[in-house]
Amino acid sequence: MSDAAERRLVPCERPPVAAPSLIAWARANLFSSLASTAATVLALLFIAELAPPFLRWAVLDGTWSAGGGQQCRSAGGACWAFIGVWFRFILFGRFPYAEQWRPLVVVFIFLGMFLASCDRRLWGRRLVAIWALGAALVLVLMFGGVLGMSFVDTALWNGLPLTLILAVFGMLLAFPLAILLALGRRSSLPVVRALAVAYIELIRGVPLVSLLFMASVMLPLFLPSGLTIDKLLRAQVAIVLFSAAYIAEIVRGGLQALGKGQHEAADALGFGYWRKMRLVILPQALALVVPPLVNTFIGTFKDTSLVIIIGLFDLLSTATAALNDPNWRGFYWEAYIFVGFLYWCFCFFMSRYSRSLERGLDRGERR
Amino acid sequence: MTAELVTESAFDGGRRSRPPASRNPSAIRAAVYQLLLILGVVAVAIYLLHNVLANRERLGIAAGFGFLGREAGFEIGEGLIAFTPADSYARALLVGLLNTLYVAALGILLATIIGTLLGIARLSANWLMRSFAAIWVDTVRNIPVLLQLFVWWNLLRVSAPGPREAWQPFPSVFISNRGLILPVPVANPAYSWILGAFLVGIAAALAMHRWARRRQMATGRRFPTGWAAAALLLGPPLAVFLAAGMPFALERPVLHGFNFSGGKVVTPEFVALLTGLVVYTAGFIAEIVRAGILAVSAGQSEAAMALGLRRPQSLRLVILPQALRLIVPPLTSQYLNLTKNSSLAVAIGFPDVTSIANTTINQTGQAIEGIAIIMAVYESVSLLISLLMNWYGRATALVER
Repeated sequence: MSDAAERRLVPCERPPVAAPSLIAWARANLFSSLASTAATVLALLFIAELAPPFLRWAVLDGTWSAGGGQQCRSAGGACWAFIGVWFRFILFGRFPYAEQWRPLVVVFIFLGMFLASCDRRLWGRRLVAIWALGAALVLVLMFGGVLGMSFVDTALWNGLPLTLILAVFGMLLAFPLAILLALGRRSSLPVVRALAVAYIELIRGVPLVSLLFMASVMLPLFLPSGLTIDKLLRAQVAIVLFSAAYIAEIVRGGLQALGKGQHEAADALGFGYWRKMRLVILPQALALVVPPLVNTFIGTFKDTSLVIIIGLFDLLSTATAALNDPNWRGFYWEAYIFVGFLYWCFCFFMSRYSRSLERGLDRGERR
Repeated sequence: MTAELVTESAFDGGRRSRPPASRNPSAIRAAVYQLLLILGVVAVAIYLLHNVLANRERLGIAAGFGFLGREAGFEIGEGLIAFTPADSYARALLVGLLNTLYVAALGILLATIIGTLLGIARLSANWLMRSFAAIWVDTVRNIPVLLQLFVWWNLLRVSAPGPREAWQPFPSVFISNRGLILPVPVANPAYSWILGAFLVGIAAALAMHRWARRRQMATGRRFPTGWAAAALLLGPPLAVFLAAGMPFALERPVLHGFNFSGGKVVTPEFVALLTGLVVYTAGFIAEIVRAGILAVSAGQSEAAMALGLRRPQSLRLVILPQALRLIVPPLTSQYLNLTKNSSLAVAIGFPDVTSIANTTINQTGQAIEGIAIIMAVYESVSLLISLLMNWYGRATALVER
């Protein structure tokens, strides 16, 4: 259509292209006004003040290999040797050293599950199957006891695999509960609605720390005497109960965004409540809320670090434990930069994915 | 299976005459389901209660909040009210509650100011400002806040020098491993008069603003409100200050032997917690502010310009009121997050309500009561913040014709 319109018009000349020179760019982006120039000067002063000492610390005075902390201390810079010595402990903790290929494979299985989830062609039943298979494989590899792998107690599931397990299983197990809660909150039955609202609002009002305390000190009181639950499982239950309330609110958002016509159409087909939800409402509502779900997952992933408070050894706890070695005390910057970078990689790429997805899903709606 | 039942009954209902509501099968079924649900919830509750009572009897723990009156017997590092180990658990928890409220209120105030500045910086025309804000936001948002708290705490506890070699960023302000030491003004009776004069100035400025607005509405004549308000706010306190003979003395911290004397000492735990929470939450608030400003369409600022408004005026009268409506709801949830995240104080040893309740649970074994207290505190604070922000949201809401 635009071709036809153009053919009738006088041929336009291209606008003059501004030469992409460095000076023009600097004038527009660094010195466009008096205030901008002042800000540039201030920022450059700030960089000049901080960058040289940082580079000296991290690179020039940095120690890349050392037998002990003393050697690093005399060099005065960053002790990257600390990471070299401790990275296996920080990543996998006290998991039997010879068997640490198992948690390593587990990390790659999780990465594979994340990558598979990014592919929108797999969304649906196939993705559910992939996640179920991945979760089962993870449990087999971590527990062992079959195929010649030795049994490993959950107390030795440490470091990065523990962080990933708490986050991924937390999300997977919270999801069905969250859907029930979201449907309950929109139910026409007053008792169901009241229970769902009470649960969601109660959980959303308190910090995760209080739920973790509850799981570690209060849950044993609720069980018949003699029965004890694994510490990891208790923390996992707390994380599931916590994230279910948040996911439920997101799912509710998706349910509300769906037009009334979808409900009426399903009713007209003679569908009952559960079939209507399963076949018509939920598939559409869930697809709408994938970006906020990814954001919630990022939040859960970061929040798993709180299990250090009840004494589980996740990625942050193993790093903190490594810092307690008397020979290597005080190199917290190196340890936290390493761990922080790992967290950052996961969260940053997930959030970028969520943002691109948001734009992609938005495209159909924009006219 | 349920699906088939519902379909069938709906079909029957259409063909025959409608049965009375009490005999309507779907209404009866709904009532039965709900009754079963209630019975199920009650049964689980009774079972759990039974277990709790049995376990408590076995461990010899009395139920109820009677332990609150007993002597706590532990020290608390810092608090807004005095506390000794001879005081009761109830007072210990009150100290913790006040600490939580203090750090949350200060954190919300600072995070809002810094977050707003960062959000505006992300839209700056200056590339360096833009990048600086983007790096801050993308870094803090993607790293767990607990890790950030550990870094701040280590920076102040492990890296900071002893009092003798304390860092001195400003004259008479010291940072050492004992914490942040600030000079404080020496108390003077004139200060309360100055404060009184300031309050009178606020009232006068508000009255003047109302009068000026009414006059502009009636006659169209403008009044230099800004200058007049500045004069009314600063004039009376300054007059009192001068009349009282300019009493201004600072109590400066001085190094005595191995520690400072004088001045106000802020503990490393408090500084680490506050800094960590503010830096983290400011990153989130920056994104909210940026999104809010970007969502106001360009036509609005063009319309403001067409009306002859200057840039600051159009920002204040046209852009910000509209952006605020989009900003307030997510901002509320950030305030709630900051308050809830303040419970991470337990990990770095700041005595907030969670960490004191935790100590209480460990000493008395009253787990259920202790956790009920923690939850009740956060529920009430969350409710209070939500109510305040909803009220503010309604006050800034669009008034439609």
